[in-house]
Amino acid sequence: MKKIELLTIDDVRDLIASKEVTATALAESFYGKIAAEDEKIGAFLTLSKGRAMAKAAAIDQMAARGDALPPLAGVPVGIKDVLMTRGVRTTAASKILDNYIAPYDCTAVARLESAGAVVLGKLNCDEFAMGSSNENSGYKPVRNPRDLSRVPGGSSGGSAAAVASGMAVAALGSDTGGSIRQPAAFCGVVGLMPTYGRVSRYGLIAFGSSLDHIGPLTRTVKDAARVLQVIAGRDSLDSTSAEAPVADYVGEIGKSVKGLRIGVPEEYFGTGLDDQIRAAIEVVMDKLRAAGCELVRISLPHTKYAVPTYYLVATAEASSNLARFDGVRYGHRTEHAQTLSEMYRRSRNEGFGTEVKRRIMLGTYALSAGYYDAYYLKAQRVRTLLARDFQQAFTRVDAILTPVTPTPAFKLGEKTEDPVEMYLSDIFTVTANLVGVPGMSVPCGNTREGLPIGVQIMAKHFDESTMIRIAHGIEEAQR
Amino acid sequence: MAETKVTEQDVMYVADLANLELTAEEKGRMIRDLNSILEHIEMLNELDTSDVPPLAEVASMFAGPQVDAGGRFAYAMRADEARPGLPHETALAGAPESDGVYFKVPKVIEK
Repeated sequence: MKKIELLTIDDVRDLIASKEVTATALAESFYGKIAAEDEKIGAFLTLSKGRAMAKAAAIDQMAARGDALPPLAGVPVGIKDVLMTRGVRTTAASKILDNYIAPYDCTAVARLESAGAVVLGKLNCDEFAMGSSNENSGYKPVRNPRDLSRVPGGSSGGSAAAVASGMAVAALGSDTGGSIRQPAAFCGVVGLMPTYGRVSRYGLIAFGSSLDHIGPLTRTVKDAARVLQVIAGRDSLDSTSAEAPVADYVGEIGKSVKGLRIGVPEEYFGTGLDDQIRAAIEVVMDKLRAAGCELVRISLPHTKYAVPTYYLVATAEASSNLARFDGVRYGHRTEHAQTLSEMYRRSRNEGFGTEVKRRIMLGTYALSAGYYDAYYLKAQRVRTLLARDFQQAFTRVDAILTPVTPTPAFKLGEKTEDPVEMYLSDIFTVTANLVGVPGMSVPCGNTREGLPIGVQIMAKHFDESTMIRIAHGIEEAQR
Repeated sequence: MAETKVTEQDVMYVADLANLELTAEEKGRMIRDLNSILEHIEMLNELDTSDVPPLAEVASMFAGPQVDAGGRFAYAMRADEARPGLPHETALAGAPESDGVYFKVPKVIEK
């Protein structure tokens, strides 16, 4: 048997089906690895061993009876801690939810488990998914498994680090402005953000409801397709989940990319892009050309306005979504309040970290009387311009190819003093959230220092199929 | 957008709206950070958007035939049938304080 840190979803299923290993033994091996290695990485916040071992035992019984195994049978997965897991502590990496036990399951988690997955535990992230480095966790930072002095990216930093270090075969993350794709790029794994509405958001602790997506982080493109296959599709519990039919994503693996038109937007290759990343993306472009793709220079002229637009829309939505944390129904309640008003204020002030307060303040300011038109409404109008950029581009091309990040993983502490500098690390990822298209990060080499580089593929709404086909083409071209 | 600079008074006003109670130290940092972020956001004023409609969410724009003529999700509607909700006990289980029937909070109305 392969080392457990190299196992794919299909490997796990085959090993269990052929009785080479039991799901129970495999889950134990992963818990062993977590016990040995996670102290230095910090990917897990809570382990759900009881739930995991019960699921593993059920899979083993199926295998013993010779039943057909579901697609993710026995696959050890980790879940970002912004996703609700019934009976398991769910904190959103915030002290305000320190003792919170979720009373129901997130739809995506429930679907993973119905497909056979074994939920090992809950993964660290930036508090309420607000951050680009995982340094905003209310508990502990996550370290990049490739270089422990560097950040894993954020906000799904625990998800990326767990998969990169082999402490889980796959993980779920969430992406509001790049939070799946950027950590995937920093840690050298695959990260897939589906179209807005493709995967139900039921049970995702809301940050920016018009921007939030749930998606997989995995070590291979095929595994990302396998997970998406299971979690995609209409859910009556989320009225924004789409009825659009779920395609055969796994069936895209290995299909030829010949004849596809791929747009390369000049705005994503300007100054500020690291030279080694630029060079790695150019190699990808050459390989795609050699495989029969047509690379087309395009323009997405409003790109530079995406970050300011995003930080108005996302914070406005966050300020509203986070109003629910007030110490009444769940979460932290201050011990120092006489009146109801003091209780709200002090509970929130004690429970929320600096970045969360900063975003609530900015969002509240942008929505307040006298500033609404100048900030929030203005941002919504620019959002239309960004959407038009993409509509225009997609009349000419099937997909868009860009870097995921302007730089490789930076050092812990490097950007914590300047919020604007931190926000600008999302410059290539936020637009997909604003316009709702799917985006995917695929590893495409390393810097001279050995830090992973990611390439991003964006596709038309609900065309994850083309995105996955190209992603697999890129993955194959590197073997 | 006017040449707005966030003052200490603004920060206290917004904190009040947001139900936050910032410490003196947090207040200072907030003034600095909000000004620096808003300075970056000023960039949006380069664009004339007077004829551009606002976009609040993308689904109604792109979801295709699932959207009805009003730009609303046709499928956002469902039959009005009773479904089991969260049991009372479960809903109260996470409350910092409850009497088993209601959430308890400090007294709201003073005599």
